[in-house]
Amino acid sequence: MRNFLEFEKPIADLEGKIEELKHLSTEGDINIAEEIGKLQTKVDRQLRAIYQKLTPWQTVQVARHPDRPHLSDILRALVTDFVPLAGDRNFAEDFAIIGGIGRFRGRSVVVIGTEKGRHTEDRLRHNFGMARPEGYRKAQRLMRLADQFGLPILTFVDTAGAYPGIGAEERGQAEAIARSIETCLQVKVPLIATIVGEGGSGGAVALASGNHVLMFENAIYSVISPEGCASILWRSAEHAKDAAEALRLTAADLLKLGVVDEIIAEPLGGAHRDPAAALKGLGEAIEAALQPYLQQTGDALKAGRRAKFIAIGDKRL
Amino acid sequence: MNWLTNSVLPKIKALVQAREVPDNLWHKCVNCGQMIFHRELEDNLNVCPHCHHHGRISAERRLELLFDDGLYKTLELAKSVADPLKFRDRKRYSERLKEAQGKTKRSDAIIVAEGLIGDRKTIVAVFDFSFMGGSMGVAVGNALVLASEAAVAAGAPLIAFPASGGARMQEGILSLMQMPRTVLAVEAVKEARLPFIVVLTDPTTGGVTASFAMIGDLHLAEPGAIIGFAGQRVIKDIIREDLPEGFQRSEYLLEHGMIDMVVERADLRDTLIRVLGLLTDRHDPQAQTALPGPTEHGGTAANPG
Ligand SMILES: [Zn+2]
Repeated sequence: MRNFLEFEKPIADLEGKIEELKHLSTEGDINIAEEIGKLQTKVDRQLRAIYQKLTPWQTVQVARHPDRPHLSDILRALVTDFVPLAGDRNFAEDFAIIGGIGRFRGRSVVVIGTEKGRHTEDRLRHNFGMARPEGYRKAQRLMRLADQFGLPILTFVDTAGAYPGIGAEERGQAEAIARSIETCLQVKVPLIATIVGEGGSGGAVALASGNHVLMFENAIYSVISPEGCASILWRSAEHAKDAAEALRLTAADLLKLGVVDEIIAEPLGGAHRDPAAALKGLGEAIEAALQPYLQQTGDALKAGRRAKFIAIGDKRL
Repeated sequence: MNWLTNSVLPKIKALVQAREVPDNLWHKCVNCGQMIFHRELEDNLNVCPHCHHHGRISAERRLELLFDDGLYKTLELAKSVADPLKFRDRKRYSERLKEAQGKTKRSDAIIVAEGLIGDRKTIVAVFDFSFMGGSMGVAVGNALVLASEAAVAAGAPLIAFPASGGARMQEGILSLMQMPRTVLAVEAVKEARLPFIVVLTDPTTGGVTASFAMIGDLHLAEPGAIIGFAGQRVIKDIIREDLPEGFQRSEYLLEHGMIDMVVERADLRDTLIRVLGLLTDRHDPQAQTALPGPTEHGGTAANPG
């Protein structure tokens, strides 16, 4: 059963009809097969029409779609021999951030990413992808491990943001994020970051301060959620749609601003319609992005990251 | 007599006071409610003489208090792209920016200054909370890059005084990018082995705390300052519980290991002179600064323990 977004309703209706026809169809019923074919063409046409001009607010919905590929899917599709590593060595293990060592196309890498979880129990375990200080401290530890052994780092971001809680504040959420950013910028190995779904504020940039930042076509990356922005600047969360537009949080805008380096195209109708195709594209994009950095010295990698981030802010929309 | 003291007397007092003293000459302490004469409050660095509540002070006043003889030079900030997203909420960002510039007579929410502190050349970056809540956008990021470069060029320590609600939302993702940018900025100071000291003032939250402000060599804080990552309302909405007493205040952060010491405003300059001396003049038989009480295991400089 597919999860349809509100603006995908015409698609849901058409696909419902197709399903009905498939049930009616007896073997070799040419008329029905033909009708299904026509409907399918219509579905594709509609999808193209809708997805070609998604509004920023619709993009937010797509970026948060429950069927979008998660870190667990990325690991399954792109990483072999994955060995998850746990704990920040200070306080706890935080399942909102998953990390470990594995092979990407034969090459040893460190993988770190947020995981929202798929079903209720799973989501609770991963705290809906909202990390506590321990998650960011684990990320720092794994980045240092990568640095120690000269392994490239691949990070994947899909989070509404860092968890706002009493314990998180007491244990230094701000410091943990700041140090995670600092570690991203210090390591002398390539760091390729991908914004997969939601790139929510400090909790996202904590993992995404990399040499090369990839972003899925329908992902979002923002300083604050549209709802949060609306409730502060418009004094009503109902203006989330306006905030989504004003914030310029889409991949196309972020590419223009020089905040992301490359957009990964999604299959027709978004990554959630065909996760396998989306993951294939992701693998190819990472491979291509990684290659040039593998030739660079550690100092050059660090200097390149510095130059890239210091320059951000020169461009405007 | 009770009815009189409880209901009539305060009213009479209020009437009398309203006639006798114009509002601007008397200041009511937000913490203890005592009335303080404006001159007294100013002389006391905006600290309530009754309860020691630290009120906010202007960026200029802070610089004056900090530098030797109150003398300093401000560094000119390079012009940055104004309103890069053409952001508009209920009002245009470009208008909000102009208003803040008109009100504060400065280009953005920060001043970078250089001068002598205890006879030592020092670079200081002070946030101005009255400029759009001290929020950090590209201009503030640029200023911190400039301050760090100036510190490295002069071989001088850098002291930052954040006072900020966090990232400047009206600059969208570019405000978020000031987090890695300012981390990189102060990284250069650290790599040059120059002290980078953060004095957290009220309030310091969001993207400012989660970047350069939490990676100082030393973290000082003024008493009672709100310092944290998430806003209290956001936390309350999520956990649906009351927040603990003193949550996100300087003393609470001290207790939880996030800062080195809480220092009263009156002792700030002397404390900074002492720690800068200790970090940089590694051997100086002449140097021995007599200061109010040592900060044994944190505590406040004025009232140890
Ligand atoms: Zn008071």
